[in-house]
Amino acid sequence: MSKMEKEPLFSAKNLKYLTGPFSANNPVIVQILGICSALAVTVQLKPAIVMALSVTVVTAFSNLVMSLLRNGVPARIRIIVQLVVIAALVILVDQVLKAYLYEVSKQLSVYVGLIITNCIVMGRIEAFALANKPWPALLDGIGNGLGYGLILVVVAFFRELLGSGSLLGYPIVPESWYIAEGGFYSNCGLMLFPPMALIIVGCIIWVHRSRNKDLQEK
Amino acid sequence: MEMLNIFIRSIFIDNMVFAFFFGMCSYIAVSKSVKTALGLGAAVTFVMVMTVPLNYLLYQFVLKSGALVWAGFPEVNLSFLSFIVFIATIAAFVQLVEMIVEKFSPTLYSQLGIFLPLIAVNCAIMGGSLFMQQKVDAMQLTSVWESVIYGLGSGLGWWLAIVMMAAIREKTTYSHIPAALKGPGIAFIITGLMGIAFMIFSGIQF
Repeated sequence: MSKMEKEPLFSAKNLKYLTGPFSANNPVIVQILGICSALAVTVQLKPAIVMALSVTVVTAFSNLVMSLLRNGVPARIRIIVQLVVIAALVILVDQVLKAYLYEVSKQLSVYVGLIITNCIVMGRIEAFALANKPWPALLDGIGNGLGYGLILVVVAFFRELLGSGSLLGYPIVPESWYIAEGGFYSNCGLMLFPPMALIIVGCIIWVHRSRNKDLQEK
Repeated sequence: MEMLNIFIRSIFIDNMVFAFFFGMCSYIAVSKSVKTALGLGAAVTFVMVMTVPLNYLLYQFVLKSGALVWAGFPEVNLSFLSFIVFIATIAAFVQLVEMIVEKFSPTLYSQLGIFLPLIAVNCAIMGGSLFMQQKVDAMQLTSVWESVIYGLGSGLGWWLAIVMMAAIREKTTYSHIPAALKGPGIAFIITGLMGIAFMIFSGIQF
């Protein structure tokens, strides 16, 4: 931004594409997209972070590729072209995870494959990449991926802390607090079950919308 | 017995929505009235009954490691291609259904119009095929009929969930919900509570 060029790479407008999805236009809690995978991988913090990064990579590059191709693909067959681009990127991510993070990739199981049908990826291509230049499209992809990751990390933080008493695998709750050691505390096992993820997201929406009144329904 | 177990399990215990969150996007978006929920649920169930066995056959005879013995390539392992093959099957099948429905029943087409293309990216369908792949690797699905039953059960489970949700949301239209919770917020919490209720089914076996 130091040089006043015609359109700087990080102009205010471009920066907004990047930061908008963090809160006001968050893909999970405002656009209600990509919830399927958002909840299942949040039992622990580590898989949630890996999942967030994978989705960010796929959204960013699929947005970039589709934005580059946007004038060459006929509208009638665009869905299948998008699916091929996304599926190819997801296969790449899956192979990289299997090679370097095998344990986490086992935990994520089918949810890596489900990035293909993650509505965020498809939704951002349809809503943004097909009508914009490659650079804003890339920023929009990164922004939405990170906005999705933010929710994942918040949900996983509460589930791991309250459900297992640890964060990233490191114990946080002191050993002597537990009932087995003569203390008063025990982990909330319910947090590890799927329904609690939904309730936590519901509460995040509640807090977020009470602070952003314009998002509330009628 | 094995078939009945797979069927009951896929509807109630491994329910697509409550246990795995599959198809949540359309589940939250389309569960505002029971009528549309019934239509979408039927379409999803139908597509699932067809695509899970199709993908089962493709996985068993083309993609799995050692699956190409019949073609004379016992060493080839194409399982890394399964994502792209599954999604291609699903997208092609949805396209086919759309064209058939449009040709033979224009009324049904106009009723389902918006939902049909949406089904291609419904994670429940893709999830069904991916779980099928996992179950084949774990030797839990051993014949094409079991995969039909699995597809049917998973589809019915999703259908049941979205119709129940739509019925509850129709009732809550007149409830006093805090302004910030209206819409998706309360929908998530209701789904969570329904999920807790569905946990009572775990452990049922025949």
